[in-house]
Amino acid sequence: MNRNIVISTDKLTKRFGDFVATNEITFDVYEGEIFGFLGANGAGKTTAMRMLCGLSTPSSGKATIAGFDVYKETEKIKANIGYMSQKFSLYEDLTVQENIRFFGGIYGKKKKKIKSKSDELIQQLGLEKERGKLVGSLPLGWKQKLAFSVAIFHEPKIVFLDEPTGGVDPVTRRQFWDLIYDASDRGITIFVTTHYMDEAEYCNRVSMMVDGYIKALDTPTKLKQQFSAETMDAVFFELARGAKRKAD
Amino acid sequence: MADVVLNHISKTYNKGEVKAVTDVSFEVEKGELFGLIGPDGAGKTSIFRVLTTLLLPDAGSASVNGLDVVKDWKAIRKRVGYMPGKFSLYQDLTVEENLNFFATVFNTSVAENYDLIKDIYVQIEPFKDRRAGKLSGGMKQKLALCCALIHRPKVLFLDEPTTGVDTVSRKEFWEMLKRLKEQGITILVSTPYMDEATLCERIALIQDGKILSIDTPAQVVKQFPKNLYAIKSERMSQLLRDIRHLDYIDSCNSFGEYHHITFRDEDDYEIQKKLIADLNSKNHEYIEFKATPATIEDCFIKLLDQHE
Repeated sequence: MNRNIVISTDKLTKRFGDFVATNEITFDVYEGEIFGFLGANGAGKTTAMRMLCGLSTPSSGKATIAGFDVYKETEKIKANIGYMSQKFSLYEDLTVQENIRFFGGIYGKKKKKIKSKSDELIQQLGLEKERGKLVGSLPLGWKQKLAFSVAIFHEPKIVFLDEPTGGVDPVTRRQFWDLIYDASDRGITIFVTTHYMDEAEYCNRVSMMVDGYIKALDTPTKLKQQFSAETMDAVFFELARGAKRKAD
Repeated sequence: MADVVLNHISKTYNKGEVKAVTDVSFEVEKGELFGLIGPDGAGKTSIFRVLTTLLLPDAGSASVNGLDVVKDWKAIRKRVGYMPGKFSLYQDLTVEENLNFFATVFNTSVAENYDLIKDIYVQIEPFKDRRAGKLSGGMKQKLALCCALIHRPKVLFLDEPTTGVDTVSRKEFWEMLKRLKEQGITILVSTPYMDEATLCERIALIQDGKILSIDTPAQVVKQFPKNLYAIKSERMSQLLRDIRHLDYIDSCNSFGEYHHITFRDEDDYEIQKKLIADLNSKNHEYIEFKATPATIEDCFIKLLDQHE
């Protein structure tokens, strides 16, 4: 695997008053890597993700995302990453075509480029018949696949996925991971959170957050060895059951 | 008579344009822990809302605790507890106020039925003066369960109680359900997590408003039609693509650390040897291959396959 570092954090911390949501987390993520960012509810994942996306200023520590500083270059960070979550992805009352045009435009892509690329994308996803339909009328699985494709439409260095596969059927969930693999093969770094522990196995490396700290970080195979566990579910349980915090 | 009975229930929206539930029939025995397993949009919530008398079915009949969901809706509402998928308590009332409110609405008091919720309530009691809107996901879930139980219902409907909740809280929640079942309450629970299916006594696998299979988890798994094998190599995504191109392979799906595969026709030592040889020739190294028992998720995928 290519060893270029695209995310680098050094003792990155976020405090809210006395509460330390994210406590001195230090890690690197490599180009094209599928990096699983796991943790119990309330462990500080969302806070950490917001800092990495340039949406929240850290209290202390350092981090660079795609080479840009999380304190000073947040706008550049935003232009170089993609983001998708189960909660926010596409505009339901715009059509498939309109959503693509809208997000392409936001990321500053030229009209001509958007046109040619959206034709290609719609064809890849097999959505030719649906391109004029409102996104709200599509099945959830299609929405999620489209949302992912839109999130990487501007060819970002990194895409952040916050529980992207919640609620879809097992076949669609796997098709979604096929898209993730394809993007990773093209060199896009995938930073993903999930509650499905089988999906943790699909990641190159996985970090586990508990109470604001990164308690473990390694390949799934090595984590299982380290905790003498058969599955990632067991590794997670071993680490998270000691958690003191149970917030969201 | 079974505690919950559905007879050819159908439900559509938008003047028949959206078919949410199509000809669904099943029964849940008294005191049974029954799971509706399926993804978003499968029709789980519509079924729950018909059974809790919040929606009228387009066709078919259903009864809860011996009462008809259309005719006897008022009586049913006194006997069922319902925890919707979306958090539906009063966000600006405290934990204690919510609980008192729901007890009063049902003409009872917290004291009268405290024994039923005690195990769950003690976990959120330290926060009893906190507004419900300020609780964490796990605590909201516990409070909602307490409120659904406070009038001592005969039948409990839980719509995706563990969605978006981490593994540890999910395990705790299922422990609570087991203890409630011991009190004789009939429980219908829905979940999109296939691994939770094995915690139910019987399950219905559901997709696109139709039941794919109803049985005990053990029987569902037993009915998996083929031998299932697990395989892995150094390069898993390439392995998936390569195996899917082999004409003697019936299915190949990623399952955590391994891919699960079934063979199309012959399924013997010779074909297994051929598979390994074919993969070796495609430069796959460190191949591990073994028989593996089917999981509920394997069965669900297979049923979807046959369905389409």
